[in-house]
Amino acid sequence: MKVMLIDDSKTMRNIQRNILAQAGHTDIEEACDGQDALSKVSAFAPELLLVDWNMPNMDGLSFVKAYRAAGGKSSIIMVTTEAEKTRVIEAIRAGVNNYLVKPFAPDLLLTRIQETLARAKAA
Amino acid sequence: MDARSISHFIASTHQVFETMLSLPVTPGKPSACCTVPSFQSDVSGVIGMTGDVLGMVVLSFPLSTARGVLKAFTGTDIDPNSPDFSDAVGELVNMISGAAKARFEGLSVSISCPSVIIGPGHRVQQVSDATCIVIPFECSAGKFAVEVAMRKAERAVGTKAA
Repeated sequence: MKVMLIDDSKTMRNIQRNILAQAGHTDIEEACDGQDALSKVSAFAPELLLVDWNMPNMDGLSFVKAYRAAGGKSSIIMVTTEAEKTRVIEAIRAGVNNYLVKPFAPDLLLTRIQETLARAKAA
Repeated sequence: MDARSISHFIASTHQVFETMLSLPVTPGKPSACCTVPSFQSDVSGVIGMTGDVLGMVVLSFPLSTARGVLKAFTGTDIDPNSPDFSDAVGELVNMISGAAKARFEGLSVSISCPSVIIGPGHRVQQVSDATCIVIPFECSAGKFAVEVAMRKAERAVGTKAA
């Protein structure tokens, strides 16, 4: 499965990459903000995107809106410190399929991924 | 700053260290920021808060503690001169601040992207018109502290936290 990690923290991208690798997912592309992700997403064509919210240049919410507006259909999980209900609702309305609040245990990230892919398959 | 606000930062620090680093932490007694710290601050991650609350959060370590904490966080011993070192410190203070702000029910608070200061024995001066509290912590990697300076923004005066 192709996965794109979009987070301005290299540390967080590495943590997510390691968790995904342990689950057998190694076809991974990284982006350091929303603009960087928009420039890479068409060529890489990921099946799943993990997107941070607070990033410089273009934040995660703006990226999700731009990606969906351009016809992007892949599943998106927002992985962020933004935990307030209003933020979660805002993200879902923008086109996010699932939501994970940092800090998170590795198992929880994998659970969210499984949930999200199962929903996409059933749709 | 009331006891409840302080407890939010103690809880969020616990949550981040135990969930992401598997490193239990023990909080000490919070005190005013003018108190002489019990360790030399060599590495600090700083986040600004805006919205209904104005202020900043500073996560400070002696260098040896920072190296130990980041090894638990990333799985590797990172060279303090590497950009990865400041990136990891920034992500820690980002998660602590984010988890704390989520506990401020009824207040809308935004946090900035983190900045990181590295230098032996430095001091981060908090904004003068905000109440400033330092919360000391201890973990197996050593001592560190979370300093919080905050005040309600003018437009939030009268807003009561739920």
